[in-house]
Amino acid sequence: MSATGIIQTQTLEVSLGPQHPITHGVFRMDVVLDGEYVVKLKPVMGYLHRNHEQLAEKMTWLGSMPYTDRLDYFCSMTNNWAYALAVEKMTGLKVPERAEYIRVIMAELTRLLNHSCAIGFLLSDCGAWFTPVLYALREREWILDFFETVSGARMMCNYMRFGGVRVDLDDASLAMARNIVARWPAFLDEFEKLMTENEVLLARTQRVGILSRNLAINASVSGPVARASGVEYDIRKVDKYGVYDRFDFGVPVGEAGDTFDRYMIRILEMREAVKILEQALRDIPAGPFIAPEAKLRNFKVPAGDGYGRIEAPKGELGFYLVSEGGAKPYRYHVRPPSFINLTILEDMCLGQKVADTVIILGSVDIVLGEVDR
Amino acid sequence: MIPPLEQVREMLSAGAAKSSLLVEREEAVAVAQFLKTDPQLQLDFCSCVTAVDYIKQDCIEVVYHLYSVALKHGPVALKVRAPRALEQCRMPSLTPVWRGCEYQEREAFDLYGVKFDGHPDLRRILMWDEFVDHPMRKDYVPPMDYEWEPTPHAETLARAKQTGGTVPASALEAKK
Repeated sequence: MSATGIIQTQTLEVSLGPQHPITHGVFRMDVVLDGEYVVKLKPVMGYLHRNHEQLAEKMTWLGSMPYTDRLDYFCSMTNNWAYALAVEKMTGLKVPERAEYIRVIMAELTRLLNHSCAIGFLLSDCGAWFTPVLYALREREWILDFFETVSGARMMCNYMRFGGVRVDLDDASLAMARNIVARWPAFLDEFEKLMTENEVLLARTQRVGILSRNLAINASVSGPVARASGVEYDIRKVDKYGVYDRFDFGVPVGEAGDTFDRYMIRILEMREAVKILEQALRDIPAGPFIAPEAKLRNFKVPAGDGYGRIEAPKGELGFYLVSEGGAKPYRYHVRPPSFINLTILEDMCLGQKVADTVIILGSVDIVLGEVDR
Repeated sequence: MIPPLEQVREMLSAGAAKSSLLVEREEAVAVAQFLKTDPQLQLDFCSCVTAVDYIKQDCIEVVYHLYSVALKHGPVALKVRAPRALEQCRMPSLTPVWRGCEYQEREAFDLYGVKFDGHPDLRRILMWDEFVDHPMRKDYVPPMDYEWEPTPHAETLARAKQTGGTVPASALEAKK
């Protein structure tokens, strides 16, 4: 105790990570603490950096398609789609209708898979140690089985091609997808009954890590994190890529922008994704699954640059490509949503307790394969 | 400086906002402010920032892809060029205009060596701090082994020379 009678405290620098389950991978937060409260936070990343972009610039256009699976390894289907979309934009390849429907089915199943795991792991971070995430992983397994049946791989699907998809969906696999979609609302109800009004969850997440709408827009935050803050922006509605303009679905938007909203928005988005899936599986037309003029060998892209983006489960996933007309991209850049969503991590954590940073990071939903590339 | 901005608005609204603008380094901030605040454009969402190394034209181009959340249009690509030579490879940062540029400009600095004046925290982000070069440049030659360090044994050094292993400059400094 000092002469004035006030206890003197020092700030303490703590390195959270990189080898810690709360960081969801090899990610570090350098946190300065005043007692229990965060006064400064700097994310440190790059532990998984493998220069994906340079590797892709040394490969053919199609050669880096399987490599995009490894970006966000939960959502290989949407990664494939974003890359294929950017290349199709530059070449002007038309995708057959059936392939567009297959892509929508795959992307929305990926959204179910990603969101269920994201909230499952978020609840793990809250202290519900592995019970909720086990339910999420149990349901995810159905989707992974479906992906394996269709593409041959559970997670690294490498399924899309420029101008379509690699293999067609047969009737048996369509029935499998319908079965998954049919059981999903029951799973969500069960999950919500278990968790949503749980007192501990509410106490830990409400009014924690608030992100204002203006900051979310200015800091280029996208996806569920932005929508939880009240940004009404969904690329499926704005760009209407693929056949998304044919489906009737809503875009849930949060109000408070706190961690609870980011949890809730994912549940609501899953309910909307189920709606899209029901319509897509009902309306899927017959026809070719890849454009007849699409070439797998000797594929070239006309000179120029292009930016293609989709609404991936974690946010806006974009590919900026520059071509010189050759067999390889001159420049290949990934716009990773979880990397850019980390920009506001410090703003959300300032003034919160150190235990809350764990939950806030969990609610941003990062995957380090994509952050570090 | 100011009159062309009016034309920019007309160009962009006529072309359904699918255009790209190449601006001078000195004017980048003013143009960015205009694009963000102009009521007809309102490009408030800076989606993607990246650099491209045009080695033949001897320049590095930084590309900002802008969208409007308010008006739901875009993209407009804002391009700024700087010479390739490391000392002159600098341009004003647009982080004060769009906060979302912060990490992406850091990445462009890390991988391409573009120095952004006015950036609040310009450090390496993906490579480690001791790394000396900028690996995404087209003339970058990777060393044989990133973690190779010289040992006191002369013959190891000689063997490394024979196999073409490059010794990092920082490691040699440490040895002296």
